[in-house]
Amino acid sequence: MQVQVMIFGQLADITGTSELILHDIPDTDTLQETLHKLYPALANTKYAIAMNKKTIQGNTILTGDTNIALLPPFSGG
Amino acid sequence: MSKPAGNERYQRQISLKELGESGQQKLKNAKVLVVGAGGLGCPALLYLAGAGIGRIGIVDFDLVSLNNLHRQVLFSVNDIGLSKSLRAGDILGQINPDIEIVVFNQKLSNANALDIISGFDIIVDGTDNFTSRYMINDACVLLNKTLVYGAISRFEGQLAVFNKPSSNAEIPSNYRDLFPLPPADDEVLNCEEAGVIGVLPGIIGTMMANETIKLITGIGEPLLNRLLTYNSLNNHFFEMELMVMPETAKMIPADADAFKDFNYDWFCSINSNFDLRHEDFELMMDDKDIQIVDVRETGEMPAVDDFDHIHIPLSHLKVQIPDIDAQTIVLFCQSGKRSTGAAEILSKHYGKSRKIYSLKDGIAGWQKNK
Repeated sequence: MQVQVMIFGQLADITGTSELILHDIPDTDTLQETLHKLYPALANTKYAIAMNKKTIQGNTILTGDTNIALLPPFSGG
Repeated sequence: MSKPAGNERYQRQISLKELGESGQQKLKNAKVLVVGAGGLGCPALLYLAGAGIGRIGIVDFDLVSLNNLHRQVLFSVNDIGLSKSLRAGDILGQINPDIEIVVFNQKLSNANALDIISGFDIIVDGTDNFTSRYMINDACVLLNKTLVYGAISRFEGQLAVFNKPSSNAEIPSNYRDLFPLPPADDEVLNCEEAGVIGVLPGIIGTMMANETIKLITGIGEPLLNRLLTYNSLNNHFFEMELMVMPETAKMIPADADAFKDFNYDWFCSINSNFDLRHEDFELMMDDKDIQIVDVRETGEMPAVDDFDHIHIPLSHLKVQIPDIDAQTIVLFCQSGKRSTGAAEILSKHYGKSRKIYSLKDGIAGWQKNK
């Protein structure tokens, strides 16, 4: 099972990449823990999570190959 | 004899069969408010005025400066130092004298937002800060107004249509379904700090005008309950569906009075730590949706009768996290140290679903300051 993580906006400055591939992640809480271990600055940052192009709330089970998007808020205008 | 000027002006868009005379009439009857005549607002305003929106409101309190001109395409060097909203009104009036332009040369605040917004059907948010964005979103929810949202960060832009009242009973999504709470001060850079290339707000602002025209005329598929992200470096578009989150409704002020009492400036400038300043605590302590918690151990002095609170010692909190329904939780102890620890514990448990604070300098500091 493969999780493709797409990273938008200023979050990519933290991760240094706009895309990550992770394996064997059972749910979104584990995904966040994994990401926060890899990139501690992410833990202090607000972002929305979309799974397979739908925003989610709370812990969500990942089944099969999954697309995850991490979206930070933008304020500029 | 020539045709009436109005028809000739819009001839090229009326000849689109999807739009036609009836679409043009809808545009003429529409009332659109653009908040912010900046990087997003300028292109949006140009195209909305060009399309013949019957009544366009412009809110901006700022003055034109030289470093605006690379992206704020309404203005020229002759406008430097002049009011953006007044100049935008004049310029748009020259482009299309057949429409009504209403200028609000003032800062949108929670004191005037409901009055200003209630006079329009669709609100276009071209502001450049979170305080305005949360305030405009909440006002649109309270007043049932459709919000066309656009925002940029460096080379990326976001676009969405929020809160479009629907004919069925479905609740539309709003900005807080996507981002319930604003980021901390140091998390997100503004255009001044992060930089912006003029073309990007040009693209997003133009798309905001396009969504507005689609909403008014009923053509195409506006971005209802969807967020579009555009990356100008690689031309990638990414679209996602926005789910309505159950707790969002509770975060929005319940009525006009609550809206006017809500301190958006303060709400959007919280640091990433939990410290709550005394003056802010004073403002909040009578809120309905707040739970104040003493985390000192049983019997610790001084006793507190300055405000309503419950008592959950930190030692209990470490063992079992209590269910707290209130959206805002303020913790206090003697000096502010243990309550910070308690805030960390609760924050881990409740995540982004609660606003959690620790009273700065504890009850000792508070009582000394009184």
